[in-house]
Amino acid sequence: MTESRKHSGPASGFSRRAFLKGSGAVAAVTALHGQQAVAEQNQEDTTLVRGATTISLNVNGKSHQVKVEPRTTLLEVLRHQLDLTGAKPVSMDGSSGASTVWVAGKTVMASTTLALTCRDKEIRTVESLGGANPDAVPLAFVKHDAEQCGFCTPGFVVAVRAFLDKNPQATEEQIRQGLNGNICRCGTYANIIQAAIDLVKGGGNG
Amino acid sequence: MKAFEYAEARTEAGVLELLSAEPGKTELLAGGTDLIGLMKKMIVTPDRVVNIMEIPSLKVIEPTAEGGLVIGAAVTLDDLLENDYVREYPALVQAIRGINSMQLQAQGTLGGEVCQRPRCWFFRNGHGLLAENGTLAAEGDSRYHAVFGNQGPAKFVSSSRTAPALIALGAHLRVLGPAAEDESFLPLSEFYRAPRQAGQREHVLEPRQWVTHIVLPPPGDQHNATYEVRDSEGPAFPLAAAAARLELAGGVVRQAQIVLGQVAPTPWVSQVAADVLRGLPVTPATAEAAGQAAISEATPLPGNQYKVQLAKVAVKRAVLLAAGLETGGF
Repeated sequence: MTESRKHSGPASGFSRRAFLKGSGAVAAVTALHGQQAVAEQNQEDTTLVRGATTISLNVNGKSHQVKVEPRTTLLEVLRHQLDLTGAKPVSMDGSSGASTVWVAGKTVMASTTLALTCRDKEIRTVESLGGANPDAVPLAFVKHDAEQCGFCTPGFVVAVRAFLDKNPQATEEQIRQGLNGNICRCGTYANIIQAAIDLVKGGGNG
Repeated sequence: MKAFEYAEARTEAGVLELLSAEPGKTELLAGGTDLIGLMKKMIVTPDRVVNIMEIPSLKVIEPTAEGGLVIGAAVTLDDLLENDYVREYPALVQAIRGINSMQLQAQGTLGGEVCQRPRCWFFRNGHGLLAENGTLAAEGDSRYHAVFGNQGPAKFVSSSRTAPALIALGAHLRVLGPAAEDESFLPLSEFYRAPRQAGQREHVLEPRQWVTHIVLPPPGDQHNATYEVRDSEGPAFPLAAAAARLELAGGVVRQAQIVLGQVAPTPWVSQVAADVLRGLPVTPATAEAAGQAAISEATPLPGNQYKVQLAKVAVKRAVLLAAGLETGGF
């Protein structure tokens, strides 16, 4: 996974018109002072961000100022800047589901989501299900011993919560189907599914 | 990831201002489920990424005056599954359900699904789409490669899960660019192509051309279906797939569209399979005959003979499903 680094300079290859229109005064500043562009240019119908910039992200109900580059993923911000290490970097391309979080109510992979696309959106991580009054899903995972190494667990906890929120009366088959986007290499699927079934039957499905 | 500029457009016109005329310099970002992984592996290295998810007109699902449906490229797959209009196109619904991952459905968009890059492992490991002019697949491990249309250098398979259904249903793409005033409606069946030279993409769009909407004709009598053959319940891509659309009258097939997926560098329209069905009632025997006709054109590579049988089964099951004679799969 790519660490956030300063990049070496502005990209080229765009038409002069688009470049001027997009970057305007900041490009001029860069040329004059030879500095790294720290740019966010807002035109009427476009925004252009080049280099590192500070944005505000709303995570688990709190607003945070974070410094991101265009290539910074939401997962990198959560783990490296906000110390929210629940979502895990397992696959580079989101195929494991271990970095599942909610952005604007949708379950997305933080590993394939650019942080800049999450401005003005409500982000919720697995940490929002913990604390002094944990959600029923992590409790059911504990009860059913639904983890081994634990790497996939936070992604699964979010997936189970999200799936049961949408399908509170799901059958075992529907649960298996619904959790297909998450992979567990230890093979604790049976226990995870038991935890989910228990939540449906026990009504701890708040 | 290589450093790049992040650009966000809030209107369709804004996108064109941000796109480069040079191939590979700019990439459109929708859900990101495919693009971000490719960029992390440096398979795709744009100088600028243009996010189209904040354009309101790309998020619509609207009936057309003719009774069809317009779907914005940035509509997520899970939103399609919950839409009453979309439900009238069972082949599309089944294809999206087959994607089988809550996250991919919530994050991925229909435009991105249609435009996703091939899963070919040579491509995904930096050997290019044609992978040394086709020799890597021809001489190497070709178990997931094309069994149709693979005589040229392109041996990868088109990876879109919804394209066979959309083509069978007669979908068009609304394409804007390269100039600001350019707007065209391209049949999806003409969107994909097997590249012949390095640097060519797997579709026909020029730089600064981009897809804004997918347009479906009226749903008709809904005798259509998608059937995917997968090796597990998990989120893996299918080994073969087929979509079928039938026009039935008096108990026999008047017209048929059979489109295979995951078996050729493009979605594979099988005219021979459709011809077999015309004038006949749909039965397990005629459906199998359509499958048999489809694979008469197969030219498997040394490592993927097994996919020919799977393609035949996919056609048979899709036809039976479309006629309402089988409820298997999803």
